[in-house]
Amino acid sequence: MQPFETVVVDTDLLILGGGMSACGAAFEAAYWAKKHGLKVTVVDKAAMDRSGAVAMGLSAINQYIGYGKGQNTCEDYVKYVRQDLMGISREDLVYDIARHVDSTVHLFEKWGLPIWKDEKGEYVHEGRWQIMINGESYKVVVAEAAKNALATLGDKGEIYERVFIVEPLMNGDTCVGAVGFSVREPKFYVFKAKATIVCMGGAVHVFRPRSVGEGLGRAWYPPWNCGSSAYFTIKAGAEMTCQEVRFIPVRFKDGYGPVGAWFLLFKSRATNAFGGEYMVERAGELEKWAPYGTGKPIPANLRNWLGMEDIMEGKGPIYMRTEEAIANLAAAYKDDPKAFKRKMKELENEAWEDFLDMTITQSFLWAATNVKPEEKPSEIAAAEPYFIGSHSGASGAWVCGPEDLMPDEYKEMWKDIGIYNRMSTVKGLFCAGDASGASSHKFSSGSHAEGRIAAKGAIAYILDNNQAPEVDMGKVEQLKETILKPLKIFEEYSALSSDPEINPNYVMPKMFMFRLQKIMDEYAGGVTSQFTTNKPLLERALELLQFLKEDSEKLAARDLHELMRAWENVHRMWIAESHVRHVLFREESRWPGYYFRADYPNMDEQNWRCFVNSVYNPETGEWTLKKVPVVNLPV
Amino acid sequence: MPSYVILEKCDGCKGQDKTACMYICPNDLMVLDQERMKAYNREPELCWECYNCVKICPQQAVDIRSYADFVPLGASVVPLRGSQDIMWTVKFRNGEVKRFKFPIRTTPEGQAQPWPDEWKTETDDIKSPLLCTEPGSTLASELPTLKK
Repeated sequence: MQPFETVVVDTDLLILGGGMSACGAAFEAAYWAKKHGLKVTVVDKAAMDRSGAVAMGLSAINQYIGYGKGQNTCEDYVKYVRQDLMGISREDLVYDIARHVDSTVHLFEKWGLPIWKDEKGEYVHEGRWQIMINGESYKVVVAEAAKNALATLGDKGEIYERVFIVEPLMNGDTCVGAVGFSVREPKFYVFKAKATIVCMGGAVHVFRPRSVGEGLGRAWYPPWNCGSSAYFTIKAGAEMTCQEVRFIPVRFKDGYGPVGAWFLLFKSRATNAFGGEYMVERAGELEKWAPYGTGKPIPANLRNWLGMEDIMEGKGPIYMRTEEAIANLAAAYKDDPKAFKRKMKELENEAWEDFLDMTITQSFLWAATNVKPEEKPSEIAAAEPYFIGSHSGASGAWVCGPEDLMPDEYKEMWKDIGIYNRMSTVKGLFCAGDASGASSHKFSSGSHAEGRIAAKGAIAYILDNNQAPEVDMGKVEQLKETILKPLKIFEEYSALSSDPEINPNYVMPKMFMFRLQKIMDEYAGGVTSQFTTNKPLLERALELLQFLKEDSEKLAARDLHELMRAWENVHRMWIAESHVRHVLFREESRWPGYYFRADYPNMDEQNWRCFVNSVYNPETGEWTLKKVPVVNLPV
Repeated sequence: MPSYVILEKCDGCKGQDKTACMYICPNDLMVLDQERMKAYNREPELCWECYNCVKICPQQAVDIRSYADFVPLGASVVPLRGSQDIMWTVKFRNGEVKRFKFPIRTTPEGQAQPWPDEWKTETDDIKSPLLCTEPGSTLASELPTLKK
């Protein structure tokens, strides 16, 4: 094996990731770091211009409050999230994001993001909280502002691209940085930091997706999101929350084009193969999930659930009635042929831009099947499970809220290590975006805002605890050996067989991933089990995951790229185990459109209107799960 | 093979160690074959079809043939990204062609100014909930908090 140089980087604040929350963190950190003479280092596994979940672009910003314009209040947003997540959310965190997200959106506009405006110059709303954008370069613009902000720090602001972070660096119970490797050259990186912010996204490809050939890559959330945030915080010993609250999006089938604009902006209906409308015909089912099922808006998971019931009864396919929606919108112009033609052209442009800005494949699929949305409907379907705490899922670390909003019951948990906004239960370890849990519906804009919040919290922590991080270089050497082991294994054993992919001494990253996906799909409620599971299935999943965990020590990699794949899949395996343990612990079905416990088919408000939190003990390897009360804000 | 490289057009970014498509791919898929000096997608089944390699290629040598396991042949979707807008040419399987043009940004490339002049940060207090540019950038006079 070629020698790997060890590169040691000393910094004050370390930001891991390059997506929306990392860009928010870098932007905010630069401002406060400059005032206090601190250094900020960002590490991205890709190129910041196009890294993270917004790499392709977006057609809407899904969180905008407009409180300064008197449109909505932060209290309204808390109520909306409480309702959508079936009562389970950290309302202090949700409120906190809501009060900062408008600032973030207004900055985006100044930086150069085109936001649709109506004739009065106001933002065009897709729905109550959603605004329409020309978002092809959304990420480019946001990354540019972050880079320009870092550049004002001179040599105290730096970005490492194409460095994959594997493990946290710990000194006792304090996080003192991270280790990883370059995917371009044989270099092992050791980042020593006084505080670290985890912004490494959610997780995709933990469950087997519907498309398993080339279309494997056409995940709804990007395939490079591999659970690195959750792995990092779990392995650091941080308390995790809502790891059971996965998300399943209903999207245009196979291409995974967004449905938001169709449902909200174009006011489209979804109907089954027989013309029936499940949201109308199955409205009675919502009573069972009261008070959330009977409130408005109907929670995303329950809308999923009603559609899934149609599918289970053999009433598919389900269609988005695009032709009907466009006809309805153009009807007002039917007496003026010129105006009608103009309106139809406008609607056609809007419909195509919605996909071209963020899910180009869906446009491709329309073109390849000769679909014109104004002429015929398109199929929609529930995709596969994802881990995305920023959307209508809630998985992530249990983090500290702001002093002025956090309930006393939660403040108690940080009294020994200090109240710093977005710090996990581990000293010096902060989280934002998909990395922080129980604060759903932050989306792209709220993730950026939360990155900013975490950065200010982390700088405050550094100023109060200004000690050089103590790192045991002996441990670092051990980590280096473990992390590079897949290269060594390949080199040692591959000569045995004529096909290096098939060898009794090791497993290649891709097959390792397929093995994980099969376990999760069949035992933990994936697509082929219609998102349904029970205690014996989950226990079997844990048994099989144990074999997988043992075999993870026999992962092999031919090159740096494959070494990254090996570790990405180890990260996936850990979020999978954490998920299974949480689903097993919560003895009820609360989000039936995300997963269904067949042995506990009802929601149990009496016993389970609470968070499920877990801690992994890195010393003993034990998991501890517990209930934590939901404390509502007085809104 | 979701993104693929047209041999005739690719010049390997003229022998530099890193091609434009390698630089940009968020999933580290694009790689340069140093012998042939041609780029290729090493894991097509992990391609998101984000089109970033297509948009960035100086030779227009990268195109997409969409996922063979569910997309019928015969269509194409081709972008031409400028500094202010993007033009899409969508060719249907039946030969019909549509063209769409959308704005992509309102400021010159590279000119996103992090802290706009009109939004001064009201506090220097690191413990205050106010973030930089606030409260000006919220368009409200003060940051909301819970009414006690």
